[in-house]
Amino acid sequence: MIVLDDDDKKILNAAQLDFPLGLRPFRELGESLGIDEDEVIKRLQRLQDLGAIRKIGPVINRSGVGGTSTLVAVSVPESRIEKVAALINEYNEVSHNYLRPGRYNIWFTLSAPDSQRIEQIISELGENTGLEFVNLPTERLFKIGVKFDIR
Amino acid sequence: MDEIDERIIILTQNGIPIKSSPFSDIAKEIGISEQEIVHRLERMISRGNIRRIGASIGHRDIGIIANAMCVWNVPDEKAEDIGIIMASFPEVTHCYQRPRAPGWDFNLFTMVHSYTREDCEEVAARISRTTGISEYKLLFSDREFKKTGVRL
Repeated sequence: MIVLDDDDKKILNAAQLDFPLGLRPFRELGESLGIDEDEVIKRLQRLQDLGAIRKIGPVINRSGVGGTSTLVAVSVPESRIEKVAALINEYNEVSHNYLRPGRYNIWFTLSAPDSQRIEQIISELGENTGLEFVNLPTERLFKIGVKFDIR
Repeated sequence: MDEIDERIIILTQNGIPIKSSPFSDIAKEIGISEQEIVHRLERMISRGNIRRIGASIGHRDIGIIANAMCVWNVPDEKAEDIGIIMASFPEVTHCYQRPRAPGWDFNLFTMVHSYTREDCEEVAARISRTTGISEYKLLFSDREFKKTGVRL
């Protein structure tokens, strides 16, 4: 596990939702936290190298760029989990994929330019695995705003 | 979005370089100014093409290892009101209504992330008390096979 000091935590908390968009964003971010630009860059690079940050970039709104997304659940026998998860991951349209306990054990999100593509992927996966994939498209979105409270 | 907007997204979606002028390389590559890149990103945010620019956290690597998808069985006619209440909890990062499926009665989905499973259970219990919805489950992720976020 990555050990964070107080300045790392301050930077990580601010860089999630309050990352400034400008020509010199790291200088601005530092100014808001009282840390100079070089130090912000050094720390962010280290945090990214260690995996505390996966990337700094745009969070794409699938429906805002012309497209749709869904959550899919499937019940996979224990012995086939690795293979089925790898098969699912092959699709670029898969943005998240998790193993969870319960009736359905693999849960993944699909995001594509249109619902036909989503249906095509689900039906291909069904044919290639013989498993039943349950499509649970968003009916209402109440919140999407991932911010981890790092403490 | 025009072609230049799309190129900007494609060139930034895997992460901007962490350096003083992070947009200089892609500005050169596309052949527009850095200011134009920033302006177009701002415009894509205001139009809703992108939600924001920011850091995506490797939450497991920093100890946020309890990641619960809480699923709730909420009467359809109350789903909208209850969804709004659930979404108002700061610990809830995502909240969606989805269809039920055969053998699957849960129609509201909330994601809760924390340092311990007990924290997540406590949040879910508080949501349950506040909303009066007692039929729910916490499905903690045992493994992450993929997390790239939405890509063009």
